Amino acid sequence: MLERIKQMVIKEFIQVFRDKRMKAIVFVTPIMQLLMFGYAVTTDVNNISTAFYDLDNSYESRELARRLESSGYFRILFSPESPLEIQELIDKGKVLCAIQINRGFSEDLKRGISTEVQVIVDGTDSNTATVAMDYANRIIMQYTKDIETKKIEILPVKMDLRTRAWYNPDLRSKNYNVPGVIAVIIMLTCLLLTAMAVVREREIGTMEQLMVTPLKSIELIFGKTIPFAIISFFDMFLVTAVGVFWFDIPIKGHLYLLITSTAIYLLSVLGIGLFISTISRTQQQAMMATFLFYIPAVLLSGFMFPISNMPEIIQQMTYANPLRYFLVIIRGIFLKGNGIDILWPQMVALLVLGSVVITLSSLRFRKRIG
Amino acid sequence: MKLLRINAIAKKELIQIWRDPLSLAMAFMMPVILLFLFGYAITLDVNNLSTVVYDRDKSSYSRELAAELRESGYFTVIGNVDSYRDIDRYLDSGKAQIAISIPEDFSENMKKGEDTGLQAIVDGSDSNTATIALGYLSAVSELYSQRIKGSRIDPLIDTRVRVWYNAELKSRNYIIPGLIAVIMAVIAALLTSLTIAREWERGTMEQLISTPVKTPELITGKLIPYFLIGFIDVAMSVLMAVFLFEVPLRGNVFLLMTLSSIFLFGGLSLGILISVAAKTQLVASQIAMVVTFLPAFLLSGFMYSISNMPKALQLITYIIPARYFVSILKGIFLKGSTLKFLIFETLLLTAFGLVVFALANKKFKKKVM
Repeated sequence: MLERIKQMVIKEFIQVFRDKRMKAIVFVTPIMQLLMFGYAVTTDVNNISTAFYDLDNSYESRELARRLESSGYFRILFSPESPLEIQELIDKGKVLCAIQINRGFSEDLKRGISTEVQVIVDGTDSNTATVAMDYANRIIMQYTKDIETKKIEILPVKMDLRTRAWYNPDLRSKNYNVPGVIAVIIMLTCLLLTAMAVVREREIGTMEQLMVTPLKSIELIFGKTIPFAIISFFDMFLVTAVGVFWFDIPIKGHLYLLITSTAIYLLSVLGIGLFISTISRTQQQAMMATFLFYIPAVLLSGFMFPISNMPEIIQQMTYANPLRYFLVIIRGIFLKGNGIDILWPQMVALLVLGSVVITLSSLRFRKRIG
Repeated sequence: MKLLRINAIAKKELIQIWRDPLSLAMAFMMPVILLFLFGYAITLDVNNLSTVVYDRDKSSYSRELAAELRESGYFTVIGNVDSYRDIDRYLDSGKAQIAISIPEDFSENMKKGEDTGLQAIVDGSDSNTATIALGYLSAVSELYSQRIKGSRIDPLIDTRVRVWYNAELKSRNYIIPGLIAVIMAVIAALLTSLTIAREWERGTMEQLISTPVKTPELITGKLIPYFLIGFIDVAMSVLMAVFLFEVPLRGNVFLLMTLSSIFLFGGLSLGILISVAAKTQLVASQIAMVVTFLPAFLLSGFMYSISNMPKALQLITYIIPARYFVSILKGIFLKGSTLKFLIFETLLLTAFGLVVFALANKKFKKKVM
């Protein structure tokens, strides 16, 4: 049995890599994906393009502009001359935020009269808009406080909020995203290769040749999945290395735990790939089915959107998503240095899920070729 | 170019698609599923942050603050803890995202009118949620201290914030128009990237090239049926966006559909080009993934704003057609932009489509390898 599986694996490797471009593709695409994801997926909001409409033109108003800019959050690109110009700048998308200082601003401040600053944000991207509003508020508040302390002697009660962020003290979104990206890339590569390679055999007609060999169907399944497990493992090492050395993402936990849980994770991904191959007749179908599964799996995994924000029913559905568990594991290992004492529930869930999926798919696969 | 031959190829392709109902069904399911996911399941709005409170003061003041947090709707207090070790446990296991520690002298200081500290510890691993959570917390505590102060002194500078285009700041409103662009890019890639490679792999290409059909006729004929599918997908997505998800459509529908057609032409031509270049479906699928699907998702500004990306990546986004289509869709939907505002994007999309179509023609060889 082992000999036959070995031969089958060798055949599969020859087949995949006969096309020389496949060699490059299998290794280059994951890295390209990581670079794209790693750099693009940043939710840090910086350099908000800003228009500063200064009707007061005083030392005080310029000081506020200076503070906005030196915070690093706002970049003042335009000094419009009229509200109409603000409208145009925002309409054309040249700025996301406009700040208007009214005439008499410095006058009012000197006299201690409450004055008004107008902040206009482009709400089309609600996330950036919320963050921009928050930053603008904080900077103006701080400015007010500094002016007040100079003037008023009795301080009103104020709460001094001291905040600390654990695990990721600089709140770098990369640290959070890159481990997740690794999980997502491995899933896509593994799914697409497995599903399409099996279906190709059927589409070209070589599956029938395989069936007349003494190969048992279980050997066929092993022979078909082992090569892709090996390739996926290799890709996993590759992208992890790029993550650690290129993106400077620390691995705080144990490497052996990462390897073990990757193996468990691949079990369910291969199972799903095999399942897709049993429902597809052509590679076109396999590719579409892969994406039809993959996109919701990524969106409902907690990769980009927190699961706790989803409606109850959808939250229940995510329990059947292997990516959900693996994300907790890989982030836990990378960022928090979690050990098996914390991650075991996820690992057990993944193992159970993987065993069920791969068993069902294998049964279906045997029936299809039988 | 003979219309007759284009027609024949288009018909053949259409019959082939029709005989593969599973693929066809999936082509129509894709936008529906994606729109449902983004419309119902996913929101970027941060609410219900799971919170633990470490109340060392245990006074009416501290309880009131906790109540205030709960009532804000942003924080869900899932438990009270009695030590920092417990906070540790909650955050480590991911059960809580934020811990708030109220010091022993909190009420004392409040009564005396002295400054008091309040400590917040957030799980920074999701930096976006963390930033927003801290923003909420500072707003809530600010309000609370103002209320305790009793006499509401007007702040010296009164910040008036106005939000344009998407006044309720619903993430759905800005995600869904962009999403339509992404759906189109994905569909275009999935549909056409295998179509030529498949003919080579199965050997049917030899039959095709033995006919008098010329390269541009073959490619145009192959584009037409997929263009129809893509166009139906756009129409479906727009209808769902407007009627189901109530995204405001402030601009002109006709303009929207015209510009979508231009984008589709480019996207489908790119799929054909990949297919021509790859020759086998396995290779084509991998290239399509990296060249069309991922850039449309990540580099189009659909979710992640381009201005936050590193310079080099920002330059790359200029050659991603989805980038222009995303801004067109957001513009037409949310701002009611007219062609005058979108002329730059439109010209680039047209140029992209023509160049890619020409390349696909050039690259295609009517020869048996």
